Amino acid sequence: MGEKGGTMKDKRVVFVTVGTTCFDALVRAVDTPEVKNELFKKGYTNILIQMGRGSYIPTKSAVENESAVLEYFTFSSSIADYLKEASLVISHAGSGSIFETLRLGKPLIVVVNEDLMDNHQSELAEELAERKHLLCARPQTLYETIADMDTRSLVPYQPGDAEPVAKLISRYLGFPDD
Amino acid sequence: MEKGDFCISTMASSNIAVLLTIGVVTIFVIRIIYVLYRSSKPLHSKSPRSLSTLIVLGSGGHTAEMLNLLYVLQKERFKPRYYIAAATDNMSLQKAHVFEDSLLGKETLEEVGGAEFMQIYRSREVGQSYITSVGTTLVAIVHALRLMIKIRPQVILCNGPGTCIPLCAIAFLFKVLGIKWSSIFYVESIARVKKLSLSGLLLYKLHMADQLFVQWPQLKEKYPRTHYVGRLM
Repeated sequence: MGEKGGTMKDKRVVFVTVGTTCFDALVRAVDTPEVKNELFKKGYTNILIQMGRGSYIPTKSAVENESAVLEYFTFSSSIADYLKEASLVISHAGSGSIFETLRLGKPLIVVVNEDLMDNHQSELAEELAERKHLLCARPQTLYETIADMDTRSLVPYQPGDAEPVAKLISRYLGFPDD
Repeated sequence: MEKGDFCISTMASSNIAVLLTIGVVTIFVIRIIYVLYRSSKPLHSKSPRSLSTLIVLGSGGHTAEMLNLLYVLQKERFKPRYYIAAATDNMSLQKAHVFEDSLLGKETLEEVGGAEFMQIYRSREVGQSYITSVGTTLVAIVHALRLMIKIRPQVILCNGPGTCIPLCAIAFLFKVLGIKWSSIFYVESIARVKKLSLSGLLLYKLHMADQLFVQWPQLKEKYPRTHYVGRLM
C-alpha cells in the first residue's frame, strides 16, 4: 500500500506541532479523513499531534480502520525527540520549529495560520518554500499538498553562520581581527 | 516711571529667557546631530580590552537567534554581560543561564566574565488594548530607566521584538546627555523577509542603531543602510 514500499511493520511517524500557539484549524485539518488518507497512501503509519493551547480534540484512532494511527498531547518541554523520530513534520510557521526541523534534515510542511492578526510569519515559510527547503500549505489545502508532495525534490537547508555578524560587530568596536 | 522700568526689565528678562531657550535647543540639536554622525562611524579607540554588554532577549525564536550570535562572539571582549528579558518570558533567561553555565565549563570566570540576569516589564503584551497600554508603557519606561542607570552598558545587542525599544531610546538619550556612550547593534529576525519589523524600522529610521543587520538580501536592497552578511539560523 505504501508508495515507497513501507510495510505495516515500519513505523513512519508524522509529527504535527503547533508550538505554544492555538492553531485548531491545523489540528482539525490533520484530523480530516482526506488528510489522513493521503498520509496513509504515502506510507505514513502514525500521526502524533502536539496540539498546544487548542481546544479541538482530534479523534484517536487505531490501525485497523485503513488509516494512520493518531495520537496527541498538549505540550512538551522539548520537541527535539519527537522531531528526530518523525519521517515527516507538519508545523506551524514559527521560526523555532522550522529551523529545528530543517537542521535535522526532515521533510517539512509548514501550515500558515491565517487567523493571526500580524501575519508576517508566512513571509519566512514562503521564502523557504520558494528555495525548496520546505512545502508551504494552508489548512484547507493541506491534503492537496500532501498528495502532490515529493520529498525527494526538497533541497537540504545549509545552516546559517553567525561568524560574519560577530566579526563585523567586533571590528566596528575597534577589536582587531584575529 | 517705575512702571516703565518694570516693563523694560520684564521684557529684557523674557528676551533673555527666549535667547537661553534657543541657545539650549541649538546646543541640543547640535549634540544630537553629532551623536547621530558619531554613531554611524566605527569606534577609533585602540582595541578596548573588554566592553560591558547588555543583551536584550526577545522570546522563542528571537532568543534562539541571539544565542547563536553569542556562541561565536569572543566572550572575553564582551564582559560583563547583562541579560534582560520580558517579565512574562521565563524561558529566555533560563536559556541564557544554561549558555553562561556552559561557558564556565570550558573557561575560567576571569576569562569569560560574569553575567547578570534581569527582567523588564513589557510596554504592551500581544493582544493588549491600546488604551491600557499607555499606562503600562509609562511603567515600562520608568523601569527601563532604572535598569539602564544601573547597567550603563557600552554595547547593546538586541534583535527584537519591542522589549529593546525603550532600552535603546534611553541609551540614545544617555549618549546625547553625555552620560554614557554605547554602541547599539540590532539584528532583524530571520522571520522578516520582505519588511523590517516595527522595532527594526524605528531604529533604522531614527538612526538609533549603530549597525543594523538583516538576514535576507532583499531587505538590504530595500533598506540600504542595513548590513547583510548571512543568516544566524
